[in-house]
Amino acid sequence: MPVPQQLEFFVDPSRCIGCQACVQACTECDTHRGEAMIHLEYVDRAHSVQTVPVVCMHCEQPTCAEVCPADAIKRSGDGVVQSARKPRCIACGNCVVACPFGVPELYIDRAIMMKCDMCYDRTSVGKKPMCATVCPSQALFFGTREQALALRPQSAPTHTFRFGDQTITTRVNVMVPRRAVPSHVDVTAAMAERASGRGLRLPVLDSADPFADVEV
Amino acid sequence: MSPPATRATAWAIAFAIGLGVLIMLGSRNLAHFDAALVGYTFATLFATFGITYRYAMWLQRPPTRMYWRRGWRAFLAPRALPGNLARFAKRAVVEVAANRFILRRDRMRGVTHLLLMWGCFLAAAITFPLVWGWIHFETVPGHLGLYRAYLFGYATGDFAVSSALAFVVFHGLVWASLLVLAGVMLAFRRRMRDRGAEAVQQFGEDVLPLVLLAAISVTGLMLTISYTWLRGYAYSFLAILHAITVIVTLLWLPFGKFFHIFQRPAQLGVGFYKDEGARGDQARCRRCSRPFAPAQLIRDLITVERDLGFRYEMAGGHYQEVCPACRRALFGLAQGALWTAPAPPPSEDG
Repeated sequence: MPVPQQLEFFVDPSRCIGCQACVQACTECDTHRGEAMIHLEYVDRAHSVQTVPVVCMHCEQPTCAEVCPADAIKRSGDGVVQSARKPRCIACGNCVVACPFGVPELYIDRAIMMKCDMCYDRTSVGKKPMCATVCPSQALFFGTREQALALRPQSAPTHTFRFGDQTITTRVNVMVPRRAVPSHVDVTAAMAERASGRGLRLPVLDSADPFADVEV
Repeated sequence: MSPPATRATAWAIAFAIGLGVLIMLGSRNLAHFDAALVGYTFATLFATFGITYRYAMWLQRPPTRMYWRRGWRAFLAPRALPGNLARFAKRAVVEVAANRFILRRDRMRGVTHLLLMWGCFLAAAITFPLVWGWIHFETVPGHLGLYRAYLFGYATGDFAVSSALAFVVFHGLVWASLLVLAGVMLAFRRRMRDRGAEAVQQFGEDVLPLVLLAAISVTGLMLTISYTWLRGYAYSFLAILHAITVIVTLLWLPFGKFFHIFQRPAQLGVGFYKDEGARGDQARCRRCSRPFAPAQLIRDLITVERDLGFRYEMAGGHYQEVCPACRRALFGLAQGALWTAPAPPPSEDG
């Protein structure tokens, strides 16, 4: 069954508190049981507590699918970009490097790419994705557009992103200020941006992140 | 017709004609060709056309073309060739023949695939040479209890009709059917019980192949049952029914899930490309300066993206030169920057 069109995903990274609940919940999804497909990215762990939850944005023209030499990544009619088809994926890693949002993950031992599929086992029957179900700060929200707008009176959703000269539109929305809704979110313009909340300083993390390899 | 389609059609015709020539040669100008199997023969010729056409179209996609060339170049590099041959043999056995990567994904799924794969492989290895007249059997003159096997018209050996070897050989398709049926049952069990599989499976892509394999196996076994225990009851009907299931499957080979049989060996080529990339320079992220992928991969990906019409060029470089972790961080930073930006001045009209 397709994901109902009136149900949308709204991501607001500025609300993320880094609690990891989404990461834990993600492992419960039946389509990738035991593996978390959501990324909880530390923007600059040595200096800031800022974290970014990153789910698949389900691009309308998915770069990952276009660059896949095995033609293994398909976008279903409801706009959800599915994980690589297991019989076809040859684990080349093109999609991992090509995705503008840095979403797909490669499991070399199993020769498969897996990624967030918006908890297709749940959303295709009208339920919320696991991450949105447990997010305490509603940085991840799944519902109707009306619900999202009522919940966030100062925010507006947008789904257009700019990466250099490339514009990407997505099925998943990101929340931006309603007072000045931009035509797009310019991701590459943030190359010089620094993490917010830089009052914290942990010099021990300056050279190398000792927790980088820790599986949470 | 587009140039890629024209090229693919030419390749498809060439391969179909090539198979036709091989059938003529292998069956000694159809002297050993079994006319009762002509339907199967034409189905294989059509399947060859269709598979080659789709394969040729697939190879002309920019990313596939790039990997095809790079894979062969990496494999045939003179310095690496001896090692590559050894690695090829090992990977062909471990990954392809033994399905290690599928067993690692899920042990039961791996067992299921092994049963299906080897059942189908055994059936194909028996059926196709018979259908094409490449193999046939004759009674040894003067020895009614002996059979002689011929390959491409050349005698290869004699064996007693009542021997254990003869029993095993002449029931080869029965063993293949049993392997396939066991695999089909395990696959259906998973598809009916696994909620993840239930959510994403499609009838044409995931269920129909299993139905076809089961139909071929069951009707094939019914033929054996008919002539072994039922004195040929309904044999003609069953033979037609079995032929229909096989021919439908052969005609469907280029279009559905079975095409992965021909696509999958690309995994071996990609392995050599990755080996070469790991030995070469590594690309460093423009933002965090950490190495994140082989430089060759990034260069090739940029070429492929340009061929596909993507324009990820950015000030001073290319977005592909940013590592995935930094892309995720940039996503958050870009969104955060919108919230910290000063509010726009109120418009003059109020």
